[in-house]
Amino acid sequence: MEHLNKTYPGGKVAVEDFNLEIEKGEFVCFIGTSGSGKTTTMRMINRMLSQTSGTIKLEGQDIGQMDPVKLRRKIGYVIQNIGLMPHMTIRDNITMVPKLLKWPQDKMDERAKEMIKLVELPEDYLDRYPSELSGGQQQRIGVVRALAANQDLVLMDEPFGALDPITREALQDLVKDLQERLGKTFVFVTHDMDEALKLSTRIVVMDGGKIMQVDTPDGILRHPANEFVENLIGKDRLIQARPSITTVGQVMLKSPIATTPGKSLTDALRLMHDKRVDSLLVTDEAGILKGMIGIEDVDYSFNSATSVDDIMKRDIFYVQSNSLIRDTVERILKRGFKNVPVVDDQHRLVGIVTRATLVDIVYDALWGDEEEDEESDNIHHGEDTTKAKANDQTGAEGGDQQ
Amino acid sequence: MITFLQTYGTQLLMKTWQHIYISAIALALGIIVAVPLGILLTRVKKIANVVMAIASMLQTIPAMALLALMIPFFGIGAIPAIIALFIYSLLPILRNTYLGMEDVEPALIDAAKGMGLTGWQSIIKVEVPMAAPVIMSGIRLSATYVIAWAALASYIGAGGLGDFIFNGLNLYRTDLILGGSIPVIILALIVDWLLGKLEAVVTPRTSQA
Repeated sequence: MEHLNKTYPGGKVAVEDFNLEIEKGEFVCFIGTSGSGKTTTMRMINRMLSQTSGTIKLEGQDIGQMDPVKLRRKIGYVIQNIGLMPHMTIRDNITMVPKLLKWPQDKMDERAKEMIKLVELPEDYLDRYPSELSGGQQQRIGVVRALAANQDLVLMDEPFGALDPITREALQDLVKDLQERLGKTFVFVTHDMDEALKLSTRIVVMDGGKIMQVDTPDGILRHPANEFVENLIGKDRLIQARPSITTVGQVMLKSPIATTPGKSLTDALRLMHDKRVDSLLVTDEAGILKGMIGIEDVDYSFNSATSVDDIMKRDIFYVQSNSLIRDTVERILKRGFKNVPVVDDQHRLVGIVTRATLVDIVYDALWGDEEEDEESDNIHHGEDTTKAKANDQTGAEGGDQQ
Repeated sequence: MITFLQTYGTQLLMKTWQHIYISAIALALGIIVAVPLGILLTRVKKIANVVMAIASMLQTIPAMALLALMIPFFGIGAIPAIIALFIYSLLPILRNTYLGMEDVEPALIDAAKGMGLTGWQSIIKVEVPMAAPVIMSGIRLSATYVIAWAALASYIGAGGLGDFIFNGLNLYRTDLILGGSIPVIILALIVDWLLGKLEAVVTPRTSQA
């Protein structure tokens, strides 16, 4: 799939100058508010809608030149309302496209069995009718129906929007797993940022028919292109995402206890005692990190050496203040350092990360910055309430069905 | 009653047959024209309202007047009667076909199209099966109308059970009036019952049980 370029002017501009190249095997989410043109764009890919200008190419071939019916049989299509045929058995529903392609009967039967296994439903469901399945099960069938004829590209239009949160999550896992295992290309329309972040390899944020940003989930979280994207992500999610995107500089202790190479061991020992620490960092006059001494070194060589310079360890592990916590924490933990000095670009000592700092990071990630940050605290509570509400709703729906 | 049957038995059978014959042909023509037309209207919605309005208008013409109107064009006999009854049968079938097709969940049509069904395949495999119960109830309604109105067809010399009724009215013979109207009622009930069975058959299965 290459080079998607469509403009869609006219009285009402639904999609404007949309340029996107999707690689094979990608999972691309179109996200945006209602009316952002995300569904319109997706529906142009299988020519359910036709663009006013611009071209869409599928594997180098302009789809405008292809027979729309043949094109659609090559592209899987999953919609929010599931759209299973109520008067057909699950088997017939799954094999709808293979049947249109005139596969032999035994191949279709085999395919139906294979497909139902793929979505972890029992084989005897094949003879049931859609109304006899739960909503989640129906959409599982909806998903494999889009894969049954070996479609390489699957379009999904808010497929899980109508499902309860638990079912939705199960289906997201399933789709992600299928995509990774089968190497299919997915174009997925959603308005749910969590869903987009969870599933996609790339996210296309749209507003008013225009692309706001195209990036990996990580990139979107780390560098939202503008305020719209930021709002779409939501403040609470940005805060939650902080452990993965904060830098060492933001969490380090700012005033490390340091000494200079010229100091005598007596001075160093006194400093340690005063500050209640068991090691000292060593910097030169310009603040450039030179090494480190520990209390055991002082103890061991107190009689043989005189200055800090003689005994300090020069080859020490340090981190850059602008490197990411996520990339750093693991290294610190693995190597079992008690303290890690932090330096800036010029190699000047600016701080220190201790194991206590790590405790703070983990603590914050789990419970939020409760002491320091009242606002984020509120947001987290707010979110809890929403979740509780969502649960209530599912409960009520369950009751209705009975 | 036995004497009535002895006297008019053969005639009754013949008239009943004529009645069935006229109604069946009119209804069959109605189905052949109205069902496809109803389906067609769902594809060209712009003219749907116009066509529906015309069909409704035809429905409002009094039955006797319509039958009488046939005489200058088609003379008298079975053919003008069949044509008049056919016109009457159109509206219920047309309206139910149109509404039934319109009522098919748009998501299903969207899914069908998105999977690569042609327009024709979508109609045959998805829309008509889904709309079948509604279309059938339109046909049932038309069938009872047509059988009832076919009694009037005797007025323009089409024969049928209406002959008994009109003779009875002219001669003040209650036995003839009843002898004509009771079979019409029974006929209408039987046909309605049979079509009801057929409706159940064409209603697509949506569950195993």
